[in-house]
Amino acid sequence: MQNEASDVLNQFQQGSSETVEAAFETLFRLHQRAVYGWILRIVRNPAAAEDLTIESFWRIHQAHARFDPSQGFEGWARRIATHAALDWMRARRPDSELTAEVANPAETDPAVTAEIRLKTAQAFGRLPPKLRIAATLAVIEEQPQKDVAAALGISVAAVKLRVFRALRLLRKDLERQGITP
Amino acid sequence: MNTDKEKRMKDLLRQALPPLEGGAEPGRDLWPAMLRRLDAEPATQQSPAWACFSEAWFDAALLAGLVALAAFFPASIPVFLFYL
Repeated sequence: MQNEASDVLNQFQQGSSETVEAAFETLFRLHQRAVYGWILRIVRNPAAAEDLTIESFWRIHQAHARFDPSQGFEGWARRIATHAALDWMRARRPDSELTAEVANPAETDPAVTAEIRLKTAQAFGRLPPKLRIAATLAVIEEQPQKDVAAALGISVAAVKLRVFRALRLLRKDLERQGITP
Repeated sequence: MNTDKEKRMKDLLRQALPPLEGGAEPGRDLWPAMLRRLDAEPATQQSPAWACFSEAWFDAALLAGLVALAAFFPASIPVFLFYL
C-alpha cells in the first residue's frame, strides 16, 4: 500500500505523459475531498470551493515537475489550494463576503445580539485577505498553527502576528461602529 | 491588546462565524470539470532555450544598473541595504 502510494507520487513527478495523467487522476480522486474541505473552510462558499478545487488541481498539474515526492502530496496540495483561495479572496469585493453565514442564534451567547454578530462578520470580511485567511484557519477553524503556517508558506511566528493584527483591526473596526467586544 | 481582550475577540469571531463541521464534500463529481479545464488549458510548454538567455541578460542589466546607481549616488547604498 505504502509502495503503491509512493509509486503514484513518483509517476506524477517524473513519469511519461501517460503515467503522469494516470497518477494525476489517482491523486485527484484520493485528495479532492480533503482539498475541497480545506478550501471551504477558507472561503465558506461551496460553489466557490468547488471551482477553487479545480483551479488548485490545475495548478498542481501544471507544477507536477516541481513536486517533491519525499515531502508528501497533501501538504503541497494544501499550500497550492490556500494560495488559490487567497487569490480568489483578493479578487473579490470585501463587503460581498461572509455576510450570509452569521451563526445560528441557538448556538451562541444570548448576550451577543444578531446585529453584533452580523457587524462582526462584515468587519471581518473587510480585513486584508492575508490576515483574514490566517485568522479564519487559526481562530475560527482552530487548525494547528503549524499547519496554517505550512499552508501559507510562512513561519508560526508570522501566523501569530497575522492573527494578532487581524483581531486588533477587527476590534478597531467594531469600536468605530460603537461596539465594544 | 491584552490576553483577555484577545480571548473576547476570538469568542465573538467564532460566534459570528462558527467553524464549519467536518466531512464537507463537493456536491458533484469534480473530475469531469477537471478534465474540461485540462482540455481548455493544456500544460504549458517548456520555455525555449533563448528564454533562459533572455532572463540572464535581464538580470545582468539590472545588476549593472544597480552598480551604476551606487557608483553615481553612493548615498543610496544604505537605502538598498535597508530594503534587502
